[in-house]
Amino acid sequence: MLSVKDLAVSFQTRRGAVDAVRGISFDLEKGEILGIVGESGSGKSVTSYALMRILDAGGRIKAGKATYSGIDLRRAAERDMRDIRGREISMIFQNPRAALNPIRKVGHQIEDVLREHARATRQDARAKAIAALRAVRINDAEARYDAYPFELSGGMCQRIVCAIALACDPRLLIADEPTTGLDITTQKAVMDLVRDLIRERGMSSLLITHDLGLAAQYCDRIMVMKDGLIVEQGDPVQIFSDPQHGYTRKLVDATPRIGESIRSLLPPADRKAELPHQVLDTPLVEVRNLTKTYRGKSGPVQAVKGISFTIKQGQSVGLVGESGCGKSTTSEILVRLMDATSGDILFEGENIAAIPAKGFARNPRRAQIQMVFQDATDSLNPRHTARQTIVEPLRRLGGLRGAKLGARVEELAVLVGLPLPLLDRFPHQLSGGQKARVGVARAVALEPKFLILDEPTAALDVSIQAVVLNLLVDLRAKLGMTYLFVSHDLHVVRLLCDHVIVMKDGEIVEQGHARDVMANPQNEYTKTLLAAAPTPPARRQVA
Amino acid sequence: MTDMPLKQSRKTSGGVDHLIYVLRANPVTLIAFGMFALIVLSAIFGPALVPYDPLETNASNALQAPSWDHWFGTDNVGRDVFSRVIVATRLDLSMSLAAVALSFVVGSVLGSIAGYWGGWLDIVLNRILDTIMAFPLFVLAMGIVAALGNTIENIIYATAVINVPFYARLVRAEVNIRREAGFAQAAKLSGNSDIRVLAMHIFPNALPPMMVQVSLNLGWAILNAAGLSFIGLGVRPPTAEWGIMVAEGANFIVSGEWWMAVFPGLWLMIAVFTFNLLGDGLRDIVDPRKRT
Repeated sequence: MLSVKDLAVSFQTRRGAVDAVRGISFDLEKGEILGIVGESGSGKSVTSYALMRILDAGGRIKAGKATYSGIDLRRAAERDMRDIRGREISMIFQNPRAALNPIRKVGHQIEDVLREHARATRQDARAKAIAALRAVRINDAEARYDAYPFELSGGMCQRIVCAIALACDPRLLIADEPTTGLDITTQKAVMDLVRDLIRERGMSSLLITHDLGLAAQYCDRIMVMKDGLIVEQGDPVQIFSDPQHGYTRKLVDATPRIGESIRSLLPPADRKAELPHQVLDTPLVEVRNLTKTYRGKSGPVQAVKGISFTIKQGQSVGLVGESGCGKSTTSEILVRLMDATSGDILFEGENIAAIPAKGFARNPRRAQIQMVFQDATDSLNPRHTARQTIVEPLRRLGGLRGAKLGARVEELAVLVGLPLPLLDRFPHQLSGGQKARVGVARAVALEPKFLILDEPTAALDVSIQAVVLNLLVDLRAKLGMTYLFVSHDLHVVRLLCDHVIVMKDGEIVEQGHARDVMANPQNEYTKTLLAAAPTPPARRQVA
Repeated sequence: MTDMPLKQSRKTSGGVDHLIYVLRANPVTLIAFGMFALIVLSAIFGPALVPYDPLETNASNALQAPSWDHWFGTDNVGRDVFSRVIVATRLDLSMSLAAVALSFVVGSVLGSIAGYWGGWLDIVLNRILDTIMAFPLFVLAMGIVAALGNTIENIIYATAVINVPFYARLVRAEVNIRREAGFAQAAKLSGNSDIRVLAMHIFPNALPPMMVQVSLNLGWAILNAAGLSFIGLGVRPPTAEWGIMVAEGANFIVSGEWWMAVFPGLWLMIAVFTFNLLGDGLRDIVDPRKRT
């Protein structure tokens, strides 16, 4: 149905032409779901943009052929392409909020597509749009027709995007990271829906994702891309159990699975013995009846509803929940960037909730409680080099100056595995993993007792996530830090934490020893969370 | 476009490399910088280099058309127009620079405070700025100069006042979107007080768009100062200043002596044009993210 031969795409940049895709060939059968898996920069999205001929300025299909049911996609006139897009091939984009027009009702946006391709007239457009909403299983479709994108949740928006993409009954659906940024239970709902719709209508699909586990669960065939080339393709189970290419093996290793240890995320050559960390019986942080109420437009919103827990010295505690459960609010209060509405936080016996967040920057405790932020890019000042970023806490709180300061920065760079020449680069000149290391170096610069990790690997590729998680494990042992690891991903939490706290709607629904909670969840919600995570096929044990 | 595989190049460009790149990538910027350099040079060295004393009158040589001796001709009292045009550069440029610097500083402080702390402070400041913007700005400037007195300092103050709202609004927006940014939070964790976070971390990130504003504003400020002088408020004769020269020359256009008004007007236009062109290039230069 779709046949791609030696496709090559290059981009014109300041430093000359960059080859994003370097000659790939594949075929897509009717009714097949083909997964394209790769990390950022592998050229997987560029491939799909090239097929739709919607490459960014400067991008050009350099060579090769792409044929869709006899039509040469590379040579087709722009007018014909406009016909093909939406009616024959349609696309679901990464960020549903960005893909929808924020100031138009979602129903009208579906009508636009229908009318553009002459699938509806002014009279029956509304009925057809509502039918399209029903098709993606939106409850109360008539009412949702009049909703604006901002009134809907992320999962709902992605369903609308699906409805738009499927409105004209395309025969090929390209889904570009359709669930990035969605909660894990929403991800499952959206993916199940997309798969069912594809099967019902006998469509073909290209699923582009960085998540090998997700691809394995939903695809008939997987293609692994790296640096613009296909390194391996085959059946999902076979790719998992017997990866042929070195890169695929690395990816498979790095995907967290049940029954693996944190070291097994790394390639075999890098697996050192895990250093033990000591958990003492004395509590470091005790949280008692913590509440936080925001003033919302329609009355007060209780983000955190009186939670209590204890973190022992040296312990790593995982705080798990989906967006809006109050986990970020809790961590911001604990790190003293935000004041609680009520409740106590005893840090080594002292109630730090009583100290206003405003003045905490000058508190002697400041150096002892630090945080690694969720988005490494956002948390680095774009105008500061890596060195300036790491210097900041050392100079402000550590009081270091001159040669001592320089030596300490380099020591930290070595500790987090950041090559020294990179210290003088700006954030945009660093890769995602390097930025994460800078963020970690800044947070551990003063050897804090308590480190809060707010989804530190959420924005990273799996292979880099594997490295960063292992770095955190090593640092914990070397510096004797206590972690609060905030995450939505139970599989990652299990690898790193001794104790798990599951939050939902501002309350703790379950907590306990990490292994017990994972193996034998008591609460319904915890069970749902665990079930929603994609389950990659287990690795065949090589004797 | 997260998926564009930009190969990490080993070498990264420094400040000078970047400057050269920006100038080469955009010829308009190169031309603008060339013209800017000429204007600055004539402001600094002009008075020392011009062939005639700009204030020396010579009744026997009045109203001469442009010639090899007097490139831009002479005015009604026999002064050399070319010398006066060049000498006036220093006064016009320094007036606009001073006014823009003043409004930059005041606007940045007000805008930063409003954008960072928000609340009633933000509301009050915004309403005051709205009030200023609601006046026809040139008329407001006229009023200020007329009320305070006819001096160069007062022209500068008036020009600064009418430009403050543009800076304050721009800074307010830029600061506001970065108030909750990760790096601002991280700076607090590093022991920075709110004021330090604002001044050292958030404000510098607003500089690139500010540079565009500064450059456009320099053009407006020159026009504004010249405009005030043109209507007789501000710089007084016989000082050489483009606005006055155009005003004086305007009387003679009907009788055919066009050069008295055209050449200072032309210089005024070139100066404004230069600053307008300069903006984009200046932004690219101060933005470290444009470096590779």
